[in-house]
Amino acid sequence: MKQNNNKAHKFGMVIDLDKCTGCGSCMVSCMSENNVPFKEDESNKKDSITWMSVYKLTNGKSFPDTQIVYMPRPCQHCGGKGDHGHSPCVSVCPAVATDYGYDTGIVSQIYTRCFGCRYCMGACPYHARYFNWWDPKWPEGMENYLSPDVSPRMRGVVEKCSFCYHRYQAARDIAYYEGRDDIEEHEYQTACTTACPAGAIVFGDLNNPAHQVHQIVKPDPHPDPRNKHVVGKSRNPKVFRLLERLGTNPKIYYLSEREWVRKAGDNYLDGEWDKIKNYHGATLSND
Amino acid sequence: MKVDRRSFLGLGLGAVAGVAVSPVGIKLTDDSSIWTQNWPWTPVPIDGEVTYENSVCSLCPGSCGLSIRKIDDRPVKIEGLAEHPVNDGGACLHGIAGLQYLYDPARVKTPLKKNGDKFEKISWDDAIALVAGKLVDIRKSGSPEKLACIADKEQGSVSGLFQRLLKTFGSPNFYTMPSLESYLEVTAEALHGEGMTIGFDLENSDFVLSFGAGIIEGWGSPVNCFKANASRRARHAKLYQIESRLSNTAANADKWIPIKPGTEADLALGICAVILKNNLFNGGATANFRGGFNKLAIMIQKDYAPSKTAEITGVKASDIEKIATLFAKAKMPVAVFGKGRGDGAQSLKELAAVHTLNCLVDNINKEGGAFVQPQSEYLEFPDESMDSIADAGFSKNKAGRYVNQLIEKVNESSKPVVEALFVYNANPCYSLHDSKSVKQAIGKIPFVVSFSSFLDETAKEADIILPSHTFLERLEDVPSCAGLAKSVVGLTKPVIDPVFDTKHAGDAVILIAKALEGSIAQNFEWETYDECLESVAGGIWDSLSEDGYAIISEGAPSGSVAVNVSFLADNPATIQAQGDYELTLIPIDNMRLINAGIAASPFAIKTVSDKVLKGSDIVVEINPLTAKGLKDRGYATLTTPMGTARVMINLNEGMMPGIIGMVEGLGHTFDNKYVSNKGINVNDLIGPVIESGSGLDAAFGIKVKISKA
Repeated sequence: MKQNNNKAHKFGMVIDLDKCTGCGSCMVSCMSENNVPFKEDESNKKDSITWMSVYKLTNGKSFPDTQIVYMPRPCQHCGGKGDHGHSPCVSVCPAVATDYGYDTGIVSQIYTRCFGCRYCMGACPYHARYFNWWDPKWPEGMENYLSPDVSPRMRGVVEKCSFCYHRYQAARDIAYYEGRDDIEEHEYQTACTTACPAGAIVFGDLNNPAHQVHQIVKPDPHPDPRNKHVVGKSRNPKVFRLLERLGTNPKIYYLSEREWVRKAGDNYLDGEWDKIKNYHGATLSND
Repeated sequence: MKVDRRSFLGLGLGAVAGVAVSPVGIKLTDDSSIWTQNWPWTPVPIDGEVTYENSVCSLCPGSCGLSIRKIDDRPVKIEGLAEHPVNDGGACLHGIAGLQYLYDPARVKTPLKKNGDKFEKISWDDAIALVAGKLVDIRKSGSPEKLACIADKEQGSVSGLFQRLLKTFGSPNFYTMPSLESYLEVTAEALHGEGMTIGFDLENSDFVLSFGAGIIEGWGSPVNCFKANASRRARHAKLYQIESRLSNTAANADKWIPIKPGTEADLALGICAVILKNNLFNGGATANFRGGFNKLAIMIQKDYAPSKTAEITGVKASDIEKIATLFAKAKMPVAVFGKGRGDGAQSLKELAAVHTLNCLVDNINKEGGAFVQPQSEYLEFPDESMDSIADAGFSKNKAGRYVNQLIEKVNESSKPVVEALFVYNANPCYSLHDSKSVKQAIGKIPFVVSFSSFLDETAKEADIILPSHTFLERLEDVPSCAGLAKSVVGLTKPVIDPVFDTKHAGDAVILIAKALEGSIAQNFEWETYDECLESVAGGIWDSLSEDGYAIISEGAPSGSVAVNVSFLADNPATIQAQGDYELTLIPIDNMRLINAGIAASPFAIKTVSDKVLKGSDIVVEINPLTAKGLKDRGYATLTTPMGTARVMINLNEGMMPGIIGMVEGLGHTFDNKYVSNKGINVNDLIGPVIESGSGLDAAFGIKVKISKA
């Protein structure tokens, strides 16, 4: 029996920003799961490696009308224009150190192939990639908690969220061992998803209508008629993606009841939002 | 040999062809690329068999169930335990980062004894003998009550062993650090009588009126509260947050009601007044009011009419009426107290006033309301046998009711009030207000024994450190006691052999007791702590050891409870912030930091925003209107009656004008560069203000002056 690779998955995530409390559990669970190191001073956020990063957004109004929302941002695992797998980072990597998995939709990162040119970091519109400026160092004895599932990185390479790919591999191994064709929804969940105390993160296969993530997002399989680069746009009016109209086709969807939060998912010119607020992801003129 | 043009060219071309054809070049390139990918200094984690073990977190009173993934003997990942009655999957960042505490650079690796300014290693036998010898001397001197103990809580068998040691030794001086549970008990005692506690059924309530309780800031049992909050929309429940700062809870709430800091009690009484005046209260409930009700009703109509309350609190009179109506008319309303995480300073006036709202709308012991029930006592310690010295000592008065009163007495008295002090799971030199004077008091005590796992601020002041196992290395019963609607006891289990030469604090106490001999030793006949736990947990041991937890009570308790509001009826004064400056400095509870007990882990510190901590500078929040000439990200000097501090400015529209917010949990000074020497401890800048009538330190913030640095 061969491992089942013939059905294409498209793993993705929907994050309910109304439930997110900004507590940081997802960030720490990610760091602990993926052997992410830490330094003495992590307050320079530009060199602080956080595969999952939680941003704080405000509505820009003054007291007492201010509102805040927290936005967790893992790697967006972009499908690229038209969702053909030409993610911004994959397209520019000269070393094939990052690649698009057509069977999973996951953008990989192979540390030993990376030689640190950082083109991918420049190409990524989401700041999801991090460079190891230093070798990782753990205090004496702390190396004992490192997990063998993810290799610790070294100075000079780029790293990012892998959707906990090793968990997918482990789940597939179990399925294979048990003679099953495919894995169940609950068998493959990322570390941030399982850690979230508010249950704000839902992870699964966007191609599988039985999965919760599909049911919330209701992705449109056809290219958006108003912007042909956009594929997989949500048919749920409360759901949006970041910088959706670039056509990067991220697999991270966000959910919010609040309009100002949905508006924060992109940059809009004056007056633009009102025209496309029910159709974010579209460009105004069909190019 | 003559090299002519022809042979030169021939050799040259031959060499070029040779190099091109030869595999050496490719081999060298390949070798060098392999060589550049050798990182012998980068660890290669060893693989092995994967197993999962269940345990319970005891880093905070939340008591969440944990699932720990292990590779052979090494724990590598902590996650929340699905289907656990407290957290049902999910865990907070501190629990998940728990493994970092095992290998914390500041851990105390062996017993230590202070010699001059330095600590020296000593053996466990010598350490126990030394402590016992000192205690024997104190007993011989005839004042056994001069042995005191400060622990994190009263509940649980380890705390029980400390209390038992003190009692059979002859001292009533057992203290706990302020915690939400201690405030719940104080409130319940004031309104309902001794031995009671309060739980809030947030998961079912349809209208939560929170007086600054940081429901998603770590209040109560954090993960449980996160879940209750996350299900709010689906349940069509409302959360109204009364707080002077746009906290995460306020931001997530259905309505944020900004209030002048420290006037929450007044607002609660104002709402009571509207409920009474408009006959919105439940007639049946008032039948339970035993003392002071009529007096209270008259007092609040006079002193807390909406217009007056509006003046005191800054909340509009119309809003007060609206909130009162919504609250009283909701099906399952609940009013929640405990500002921030609920373990900081609180005044009994505020606690009682907020809880009176619950009593008025008759949600006591009803689904979605407040559960008032006896404190759960699941442990069955055998009765103590005490000798005459113990009897005499134990019957004396405590030095004070609360730990802050003990500290004050030690500092004031010229004669030693306390000869020896035990500190377990507590860091008073960091977490109490005016940490300088706390340190001074601890310094005045001739013999301080710390049972800390880490060389924290208080352990540094100790004479002997008997290091405890961390929660991943020990067996312990962990009662959930943080305002949860259900009462659950979890079992923390060792998931790794002790990393260092530490002992279970329970074992250390048993050893000390045995070394004291006589009637004290007779009360500690267990060989080990594990044996003790199994015997005292009697009734629930089977379920603890099999399921990892035991549910003591669940759902609304039956029966009504009497309510006595005589404390409020006298209209005790609202606590004012200390000092004469114009602005008020308030502490901020941030989920990613810890202000009581242990310090946050390196991972947790890493997640802290650069708008809270930048380099080694603490960042304070201030409304642009109040900041006047100060620039965002610029420096300023804060001056309070307690001291001054250099801070960075974060202009924040979520702050009420007139206040400055400073996060709690930074400014540690122990030997862990990843978490220490970052920012300052807000408790250095705030002094205690004692509420007369209750004796509680009730200072919420302090007056402050800000100037450009």
